[in-house]
Amino acid sequence: MEAKTAYDRELMDNLRATELRLGLPGTEEEERQKPACRGTKRPLPAEVDEEMRCRSPRSSTTCNGSSSSSDSTEEEEDCPEAAAPPAKAQVVGWPPVRTYRKNCLQARKATDQAEAPGLYVKVSMDGAPYLRKIGLNAFRGYKELREALEGMFKCFSIGFSVGEAQATSDYAITYEDKDGDWMLAGDVPWEMFTSSCRRLRIMKGTEARGFGSSS
Amino acid sequence: MLFLFQISPAQSAPPFFASSTRFPPPAAALRPLHLAPFFAGASSKGSGVTAAASKLPITEVPELSSLLLFVRFPGGVCEGFDFGGGSDVGGGVGEWGVEGADLGLLWKDFCDPAAWIFRGRRIADSAGVWGLDGSDDFYEERGIIVLRLGEDRSLRRTFMAAKRKKEMTEEARSPEGRLSPFPDEVLEHVLAFVKSHKDRSAVSLVCKEWFNAERWSRIRVFIGNCYSVSPEILVRRFPNIRSVTLKGKPRFSDFNLVPANWGADIHAWLVTFASTYPFLEELRLKRMTITDESLDFLARSFPGFKALSLVSCDGFSTNGLASIASSCRNLAELDIQENGIEDLGGSWLSCFPEHFNSLEVLNFANLTTEVSFDALERLVARCKSLRVLKVNKNVTLEQLQKLLVRAPKLTELGTGSFSQELAPRLYAEVENAFSNCRDLHTLSGLWEVSSLYLPAIYPACVSLTFLNLSYAVLLSTDLAKLLPNCPLLRRLWVLDTVEDKGLEAVGSSCRLLEELRVFPADPFDQEIVLDEVGGVTESGFIAVSEGCHNLRYVLYFCRQMTNAAVATVVRNCPNFTHFRLCIMSPHQADYVTDDPMDEAFGSVVKTCTKLQRLAVSGLLTDKTFEYIGTYAKNLETLSVAFAGSSDRGMQYVLEGCPKLRKLEIRDCPFGNAALLAGLERYESMRSLWMSACRVTINACRLLAREMPRLNVEVIKEDESDDTNAEKVYVYRSVAGPRRDAPPFVLTL
Repeated sequence: MEAKTAYDRELMDNLRATELRLGLPGTEEEERQKPACRGTKRPLPAEVDEEMRCRSPRSSTTCNGSSSSSDSTEEEEDCPEAAAPPAKAQVVGWPPVRTYRKNCLQARKATDQAEAPGLYVKVSMDGAPYLRKIGLNAFRGYKELREALEGMFKCFSIGFSVGEAQATSDYAITYEDKDGDWMLAGDVPWEMFTSSCRRLRIMKGTEARGFGSSS
Repeated sequence: MLFLFQISPAQSAPPFFASSTRFPPPAAALRPLHLAPFFAGASSKGSGVTAAASKLPITEVPELSSLLLFVRFPGGVCEGFDFGGGSDVGGGVGEWGVEGADLGLLWKDFCDPAAWIFRGRRIADSAGVWGLDGSDDFYEERGIIVLRLGEDRSLRRTFMAAKRKKEMTEEARSPEGRLSPFPDEVLEHVLAFVKSHKDRSAVSLVCKEWFNAERWSRIRVFIGNCYSVSPEILVRRFPNIRSVTLKGKPRFSDFNLVPANWGADIHAWLVTFASTYPFLEELRLKRMTITDESLDFLARSFPGFKALSLVSCDGFSTNGLASIASSCRNLAELDIQENGIEDLGGSWLSCFPEHFNSLEVLNFANLTTEVSFDALERLVARCKSLRVLKVNKNVTLEQLQKLLVRAPKLTELGTGSFSQELAPRLYAEVENAFSNCRDLHTLSGLWEVSSLYLPAIYPACVSLTFLNLSYAVLLSTDLAKLLPNCPLLRRLWVLDTVEDKGLEAVGSSCRLLEELRVFPADPFDQEIVLDEVGGVTESGFIAVSEGCHNLRYVLYFCRQMTNAAVATVVRNCPNFTHFRLCIMSPHQADYVTDDPMDEAFGSVVKTCTKLQRLAVSGLLTDKTFEYIGTYAKNLETLSVAFAGSSDRGMQYVLEGCPKLRKLEIRDCPFGNAALLAGLERYESMRSLWMSACRVTINACRLLAREMPRLNVEVIKEDESDDTNAEKVYVYRSVAGPRRDAPPFVLTL
């Protein structure tokens, strides 16, 4: 995950922006470097993703959710340069899920992911190549959560520890709540946290500094 | 007792009307016809005659001079019967009534009556008796209908006799002497019992009289591609239609591959129908564009209008529905599914007049705004024949209970939202309402269902045959508790949140299951997550196959699959007719062995001989297509994406699958050679779609030039004058190139 996009509000709403991919941390996404791909070359399977993004059709009359690729390329007909959504290219119309169903899924995703008890949330960590999933109801409080996360992500970082004093630790635990806002974990009572948390992100301490200072 | 169309193997004598050598037996259906004879009291039995019709479209060819039917007798001799000439026999026909139009015609060059010429190729010698090369394909390809008779058929004719007969029938065309001993009205009466579109098409090919009788007696027509025929041609042939089913855009438009305003607008059809079919009762559209103006026109033009079904359509808003509700006094069915509808509010439902009570089917499940519950409740209360009710998300559990109380005889129910906070008393009422619904065979909806309230539906599940949970986020535990209450389940649609454990429950509880569809809850989630919880894998697939041996239809979205698993599944369930496997990452290999998924689909086509529909995915080389071409002899629909290595892949399929009707391809390395390999095939298919392949516009032009009865269209959205054909859509048509093509569609 690239740090420069991490705080872009708009992109945060797009889950794909926070995606991690296999590869060394910090590697620039290759697709971004490609020149304009206005359909002058025949699409080979390897390049299909890029091509399909460029040549997505005009939007249909259905109302699309925010993360569908045909919608995201609506504004720009040319190649993804500055305004394009980063992260992995979504191929238009793949997987073959009907527009109607797709819209239902996106609408639902926004509302009830954390509401059903027992559901798992994803945990990402800056620089780690893959994510984990944990069931929040397995823990009784923040302390247990922190310990569990340390155990999971220790291998990715030497000296990973999340202390109570956020200001001095290397990492901070943040979470996305139902409204799509990113919050520092620990402020609200545990029950409220588990019912509103949609996903977790372990942020580098330097980036999290802005969170802890005001209250 | 009279039996028509009855030539059964057990019968030694041919039917009474074929006892003389003058009259050949009539054609029968593509499969045994089940008909009630027109003399009451007799029971109908299936006939033993099957006809394999060829796959060419009948066109309005002015030089068409006669309709020829060939009969092949056991032993291989094939003989021709000329049922009478007249150039109007083939007038105005096209692809109707038949899925993929299995109609065949041969026209004879009268300059050389001894030689049967078909498109420049001689297929018989002048002696008239020609030997077979051993297969029906020879004849099928050449537009010949081959009737296969029972073993003890003894009548034989030579070609010369057929020619003589033709002269005789020409004399016999005086009013007294008729080819068939029945007057037209009787024939029409009998033909009214022939319902299936395929049977009707075959019947219409027997002879001119039957053709006419069939066209006058037909009341239902199905058109699989609205551009294959024009409204004018349709109404000219069939004067008495009451029910029209039309399909428009290519299927890939469901996945945003077809730009907006592509076409398939119903309005021109409606205008024609208004003048020729004033008694039109039913209109069923799929992937067509229909505007509010058209809906209003429809509501006003057909006083007896009864049924409107719109699936995956676009172009209209709830205002159009308001027109229908207010003006269609006899409406019995309003079925609005998965459309691109502009939802401007729920007041349309309140437009049903106060005395209106004929509704039997009401489905507005995919509308997003709230309708007036008061109006809905009163509507349900006064429509005593209501048997299908599918409401939208805004209807709460408490409201649903009130509706159920008023309509306990429902056979199909789509609930609203299922997650309201209910006081125990109210919950008990809901449960009670469901337990009174003993006739329910289909249940859907269950939006936002909570585990707490799901048990309320258990009593209604006793006779369920179709359960659609594809919008309900259920966990495996919920499903495992629910399924034992549905012992008669034949069709189940679920989300992959039930995971493999949920599918194990399916395997153990649903022994009668015939159809399973597993949809992805999170299809666009491309992150790689360890401890992946959620989604189904190959073990869920195997678990279902181990318990449900009657499975014949599967749609399975997953993120990982192995060749071995698929082989196991088809070994357990060899009766698949529809096999649609979607491994969600393109080019994904067998995750255990890292091999391509060729062997998986190879085992599918080798084992499942009845396979009609196949969708492939994962990393696939040309080997997959070689398997398909070699084994999938009953395949009618094939969907391919991100697969294949070369043109050979597509060629294998075009060469090897004789029953192929629909081929849709995206993002494959198939080029011009592949496209042109199907030159002779496309007329026997409904359509071909190729997008993001390696086809050039010039090749498309060549195809269009060589095959004038095909419409070859290229969708080109970017303005660069590239030679690349981004999206190609090829389909047969008797209506010529379409005149309503938008600028981005090149009609070649």
